[in-house]
Amino acid sequence: MTSHQAHGSHGATPAAQDPVFVGETRTKLEELFARYPTKQACLLPALWMVQEVRGWISETDIGEVAEALDLTPAYVKGVVTFYTMYHTHPVGRHFIQVCTTSPCNICGAEDVVKALLAATGCVELGATSPDDRFTVIEVECLGACGFPTPIMVDDDFIEDVTPDKVAGILQRFP
Amino acid sequence: MGFPHPSHSKETVVLSRYFGDAGARTYDGWVERGGYEALKRALAMTRDAIVEEVKASGLRGRGGAGFPTGLKWSFMPKDVVKPHYLVCNADESEPGTFKDREIMRWTPHALIEGCAIAAYAIGAERCYLYIRGEFTEPWKVMSAAVEQAYAMGALGADALGSGKRVDIVLHRGAGAYICGEETAMMNSIEGKRGNPRIKPPFPAVAGLFGMPTTINNVETLSAVPHILNRGAAWYKALCLGNPKSTGTKLISICGHIQRPGNYEVTMGTPVKEILYDMAGGPKPGRTFKAIIPGGSSVPIMTREEAEAALFDYEGIVEQGSMLGSAGMIVMDDTTDMVYQIWRLARFYAHESCAQCTQCREGTAWTTRILERILTGRGKQDDFQLLLDLCDNMTGKTICVLSDSCAAPVVSGIQKFRSEFEAYIAGAREPAMAVV
Ligand SMILES: Cc1cc2nc3c(=O)[nH]c(=O)nc-3n(C[C@H](O)[C@H](O)[C@H](O)COP(=O)(O)O)c2cc1C
Ligand code: SF4
Ligand code: FES
Repeated sequence: MTSHQAHGSHGATPAAQDPVFVGETRTKLEELFARYPTKQACLLPALWMVQEVRGWISETDIGEVAEALDLTPAYVKGVVTFYTMYHTHPVGRHFIQVCTTSPCNICGAEDVVKALLAATGCVELGATSPDDRFTVIEVECLGACGFPTPIMVDDDFIEDVTPDKVAGILQRFP
Repeated sequence: MGFPHPSHSKETVVLSRYFGDAGARTYDGWVERGGYEALKRALAMTRDAIVEEVKASGLRGRGGAGFPTGLKWSFMPKDVVKPHYLVCNADESEPGTFKDREIMRWTPHALIEGCAIAAYAIGAERCYLYIRGEFTEPWKVMSAAVEQAYAMGALGADALGSGKRVDIVLHRGAGAYICGEETAMMNSIEGKRGNPRIKPPFPAVAGLFGMPTTINNVETLSAVPHILNRGAAWYKALCLGNPKSTGTKLISICGHIQRPGNYEVTMGTPVKEILYDMAGGPKPGRTFKAIIPGGSSVPIMTREEAEAALFDYEGIVEQGSMLGSAGMIVMDDTTDMVYQIWRLARFYAHESCAQCTQCREGTAWTTRILERILTGRGKQDDFQLLLDLCDNMTGKTICVLSDSCAAPVVSGIQKFRSEFEAYIAGAREPAMAVV
């Protein structure tokens, strides 16, 4: 019983009107039901599946998840907005998270943020670059404090980032 | 060992022995290294015998609170027929802590064995392993290892041919520090917002899905196979003088230090040896100023306090702080303490689940007052204001996140007051612009 929640950058986006839970994704969701005593417990995994397919979670998606798990859309929205990793708005093709909590902060994390904003052309934290390529946000401790500054680009975890390495790292994410 | 550095002669390498050894990640590789013997042994023992062995070892929880593990297991009801659950806490979000990540990356089967033994010992057929959402690599390694363990028959309906059922289900978090708190984690697994629950009822009575539940940290569970293989007496003897703290402990060291990494030491090792011998001491030309020994939630120690301490639960308390998660944050003489205390307060303000007024308001106002000081507009009254707020945030809320925000602020004011004074008196350039 391992999970099927795949990690990866946002794949092909189906037309907005297509439901998420069809075909293979539906099968995966149904397999999950066997792992929990309630359908509600599949909510976090189901939201991950939606984000995997769509890149973010819209009101329509929230409605679909609610229906699949016998919950109300308002309830699902309440959960979605509690967790910081679910996107409730479209983000750039690559989503960059930079740790700036104290252990990284004292090792120069704020300079890494500045370098990332400058190199991506994002005007501020949370904004998407004009070419839609990047969104950069600041996050709290990523659990890799011995390797400052860790950043995540989509699902890639990159350690020991310093301002001079930023350009080279970004090249890997066209 | 001080991964990513080679093992230091003063370390006692048990849990971290195979860090960096990719061969240990596979099922066969683990078996070659003596793996799955402990699980086999456990499944042939009675549940009570396992609990007694763990009790006798003196193992205490490595997630932060240091609660005796065997005792916690013994709280699980024995005569109830409803399902029991084990939850393994792999949320590791405490600033300064990055040890569970290495356990999962390098020795996934050690954790699987520990989970399976614990699940059997407490009468649970299923273990939910909750991994924080950002840990994509540990997730992949753990998923592959769990899949292999099923394929090899170590998990499932007939674990290692014992006729006993043990299942492990991986559950991915989605970004929320508070989900590391045990009851918040249970809500999160149930598909809810990660709000901590009021206790009682305690998890052993009504935990996950309302059923008897035990929750343990990754490092705690990973120590269990070693205890079964080598015996409680061996584990208990890993102790430099204080019998209340036994075994080895992984210490994550980060910040202003020559060799950041994870070091494994026998309980009771002098902090001075850890800082200078193992981790290499301060960067050239610098000296240590402050050390936060147990993740960001514990009081800040001065260099003198830290250097006088022995590293175990009681030894750190004696010097005015707590062992916590053993994430050691080292700050040298270049550090602006006011700025870093503000940054920590901001962390707690961001992570508060906002159920309790003292925490929601207290963490936010603490952050703002510290901001005011950093912009050069602080007042003498701000000291008392901060201390009053912190008093209100301590011991009065559903969980201890609120206390955790107060700890660095109160100890910071006590020990580094002159740095606050400098901002308030205008003797120091503001670190922030007024917005
Ligand atoms: C705000 C908060 C955050 C916590 N975060 C973690 C965590 O990330 N990992 C962890 O193992 N324990 C964490 N804990 C402690 C758990 O609530 C719990 O005590 C622990 O998982 C029990 O396991 P142990 O007895 O093996 O230590 C946290 C506690 C609080 C109050
Ligand atoms: S103390 Fe803070 S984090 Fe804990 S339950 Fe109360 S509001 Fe939530
Ligand atoms: S503080 Fe940056 S990873 Fe922990």
